[in-house]
Amino acid sequence: MGVNRRKFLKIAGVSTLGVAAMPAADALGISPTEWLDKKLGGFTVPETLFHLFEKPAGFTPGEALTAKRWAMVVNMKQMDDEIAQACMDACHRVHNVPKIDNPRHEIKWIWHDDYEHVFPGQQHEHIDENLKKLPFLVMCNHCFNPPCCRVCPTKATFKRKKDGIVMMDMHRCIGCRFCMAACPFGARSFNWIVPWPRAGEGKFKGKEPPNPEFPTRMKGVVEKCQFCAERLAKGQIPACVEAAQEICKRKGREPALVFGDLDDPDSEVRQVLRSHYTIRRKPELGSNPNVYYIV
Amino acid sequence: MYDGGKIIAGIIIGLALLTFPIWYTSGRAAPRPEVKLPVKEKECVEPKAYMTRKHMQLLDLWRDSTVRVAKRSYIAFNGKKYDMSLQNTCMSADCHAKKTEFCDRCHNYTGVVPYCWDCHIEPKEEKPEEKH
Repeated sequence: MGVNRRKFLKIAGVSTLGVAAMPAADALGISPTEWLDKKLGGFTVPETLFHLFEKPAGFTPGEALTAKRWAMVVNMKQMDDEIAQACMDACHRVHNVPKIDNPRHEIKWIWHDDYEHVFPGQQHEHIDENLKKLPFLVMCNHCFNPPCCRVCPTKATFKRKKDGIVMMDMHRCIGCRFCMAACPFGARSFNWIVPWPRAGEGKFKGKEPPNPEFPTRMKGVVEKCQFCAERLAKGQIPACVEAAQEICKRKGREPALVFGDLDDPDSEVRQVLRSHYTIRRKPELGSNPNVYYIV
Repeated sequence: MYDGGKIIAGIIIGLALLTFPIWYTSGRAAPRPEVKLPVKEKECVEPKAYMTRKHMQLLDLWRDSTVRVAKRSYIAFNGKKYDMSLQNTCMSADCHAKKTEFCDRCHNYTGVVPYCWDCHIEPKEEKPEEKH
């Protein structure tokens, strides 16, 4: 296949443009795709256009905590079993997460696991014995580039434009579980059984959901941690962070969980990130998690 | 026309059977449902006529606004601010505290089965027969 004069000129023209654009991108210190990603806040171009047509019925409540990009730091130097358990209990109580013993039907928003399972890439056989015993708190990482949202066919799970929280819209979830396959952290649970069986009118068969102010879920939807979006709207920090900070205060330690705005250089998370070495789960996958760990 | 009498009689009987539900119940339609309105709270978030006709669209807007855009405060027609929540605002103790006396009355009458309560928790109601 020969290159004729016309085709050669076309290729030459495009290449010149590309070469000319390179210094511009270099000046910014990032690649054009990274630049676009940053400009659009991790959203695709169609998503950004779609956001223009979103018409809210209401207003942000005055007392709400707001941020550009919420993030959490888990300080494993301050973590112990008591704190981990308190965090899990607080979250599951506030969000009516049912306790199901069958591991195949289990629902979890926040749980703990061993170092080797949380950081499989950074595990080796001679690792610090103490690190092996620590309960690493894990939850949804609220990724900057969430793979779950890319695969959701109904946009039931989506990254909130306002603050980067990866939300679930239970009204839209059709239970296809693509998101569960896409999530590299196993942060999502599927309701295989009716989580809170109701009997008759307004009565629950077995136990009642602990928080009457928060909805339950139905059979056939996926659920996960939502960084306590409903609490942030009321001006409260997430339930797990509140529980952890309470215990740490009592024990006279630094807080084991820190929550704040990653985009604000003066926020608590940024200060902690500046002064400690932190790692994230599976950063090599490029999902850009917003939960950091101090080990 | 062959068997004209039989055909016409058949048509008449057929029509009578088809319209049976109409003439059998005429004049004594099922009574209109009476909903129990809240005692303490006099005003809803929008005027009564609007709420009667459009509460489903309003609730739909509320859920999208709350879940997807994180805007949870609703400015009512009278300027009052409300938290956009079916469970905590509409069904609060001062408002429609009893689902069976409000939502269910009309929904049962019109044969509507909204799936709100698959997930949302309805307010507790004391049932005397369930006490034991």
